[in-house]
Amino acid sequence: MNRRVLLIEDEPGIAEAIRFLLTRDGCEVVVFASGTGAVEKLAAVQPDLVILDVMLPGRSGLDILADLRADPATAALPVIMLTAKGQGADRAAAERAGVSVFMTKPFANADIRAAVRDLLAG
Amino acid sequence: MTMTALTGTRLRDRRMALGLRQADLAGRAGISASYLNLIEHNRRRIAPDLLARLAGVLGVPVASLEEGAGAAIVEDLRAAAADFAGQGAEMDRVDDFAARFPGWAGLLGALHQRGHSLSRAVEALNDRLSHDPHLSAALHDMLSVVSSVRSTAAILAETPDIEPDWRDRFLRNLNADTERLAQSAGGLVAFLDGSDTKDASAVVSPQEEVEAWMAARGWVLDALETPQGRDEVGAEIDGLSSPSAREMAMGFVARAAADAALMPQAELVAAVTALGPDPAQLARRFGCGVMAVFRRLAFLPGADIGLVLCDASGTITLQKPMQGFALPRYGAACPLWPLFSALSRPMTPVEAHVEAVGNRRLRVLAYGEVHYPLGFSGPELREAAMLILPPLPQTPAMPPPVKVGPTCRICPRAGCPARREPSILSVEA
Repeated sequence: MNRRVLLIEDEPGIAEAIRFLLTRDGCEVVVFASGTGAVEKLAAVQPDLVILDVMLPGRSGLDILADLRADPATAALPVIMLTAKGQGADRAAAERAGVSVFMTKPFANADIRAAVRDLLAG
Repeated sequence: MTMTALTGTRLRDRRMALGLRQADLAGRAGISASYLNLIEHNRRRIAPDLLARLAGVLGVPVASLEEGAGAAIVEDLRAAAADFAGQGAEMDRVDDFAARFPGWAGLLGALHQRGHSLSRAVEALNDRLSHDPHLSAALHDMLSVVSSVRSTAAILAETPDIEPDWRDRFLRNLNADTERLAQSAGGLVAFLDGSDTKDASAVVSPQEEVEAWMAARGWVLDALETPQGRDEVGAEIDGLSSPSAREMAMGFVARAAADAALMPQAELVAAVTALGPDPAQLARRFGCGVMAVFRRLAFLPGADIGLVLCDASGTITLQKPMQGFALPRYGAACPLWPLFSALSRPMTPVEAHVEAVGNRRLRVLAYGEVHYPLGFSGPELREAAMLILPPLPQTPAMPPPVKVGPTCRICPRAGCPARREPSILSVEA
């Protein structure tokens, strides 16, 4: 059965590229372009892994991550965070909130594929 | 050593230029030669009436013996020494140095000011790069697009068997992304070009920029009284370098325009002639606040009046300089300024005679007001203003002046009960 990845990313080019890469790797990829209502929609998608941008319209990726970790149903869900800022403060906040992998943009395609593969295998 | 030391040196220079002996000048001024010797060597303070007699004998105006521009140089030298306290500058000889080598002293003062100016420029640029929301958003946008381009280009290069539909989609994405990237880069360059001032010293705090603009206008905004003049002032504000300064200047001008509407210049001048310059009387005549009158008086063409405004935290929000009254360039002001009495006692007129560092006596009027711009449920906003005026003629009934300074760090007054921190300058005897 295909593993399902929820990608919450407002940059269409990045979302398209990640969707292509992970689909080729055998994943089913669902894309949201906004942080608004993401936690509620996530319950319907029931993903095996979430890829979250930090700066999203509507709601920040850090807030969404905090909600996921606070809910026992999603507390252990693997989450990759992407940020274009790559600043220490963002990384530290994401790590405090319980991120699984933190990646800065621009990232190498091979890196994000490897991170998804490792987290889904774990 | 006192701040009048320059006067002693000037006296001596003038006497020698006239070929007078100390005994001759002393005798004609009614003092002993030994006392004059102490004065000329900057070891005695000179009373105003004695200075007037000496000036009369020497045939020069009193003002030419007083400090004038020399005091400003000494202030700059003191400030320079304060910033480099470890250098061991001979503070007890600062007046002597300024008097004997005015050119070098002026150069040192100018270099010190330039150094401060550059430091402020670096701070302002650092703030701008660190916190400017436009720059942050532009960089974020560019990184996002670069990330998209990188991933897309790698897919196209590394996936030989890519389906035509996907390939076409990625090519369209690349086209859109590179167009966006060009726009973002152009916007960024325009932004950085906008901050590329030719003179780094021009990069100052927004308040300093507004004050420099007003100083360049002679602290006069009479143009606001005509529609054409308002347009001219608006164009000048558009020319200020930072958005914050433009916003502050617009607020300043809006208030000045409201003040001018309440007190048109011709009517105000007529009222001052009829009623005198009493701000409370003028406020009653025009049905406006006392602080509005303060501002109008200070910004009248040719007004020899200084003005300082502060908010409830005591932060100076505007300062129009007045000769002889040193204002701090940095840091908190002297707590003995009557401005702060008015701030703590709003709606109460405060009048005081002050003696600034350098012994210049001045008359000061201060007044504080309380506003509730958001109504009863909103916050209380306090503001105070201080007019700095030429002194009234001294009378026996006049109380002794309040001795004030610019700011503790460079104030030479000894035994000041309000001192917050030690002065690193040599203090007065």
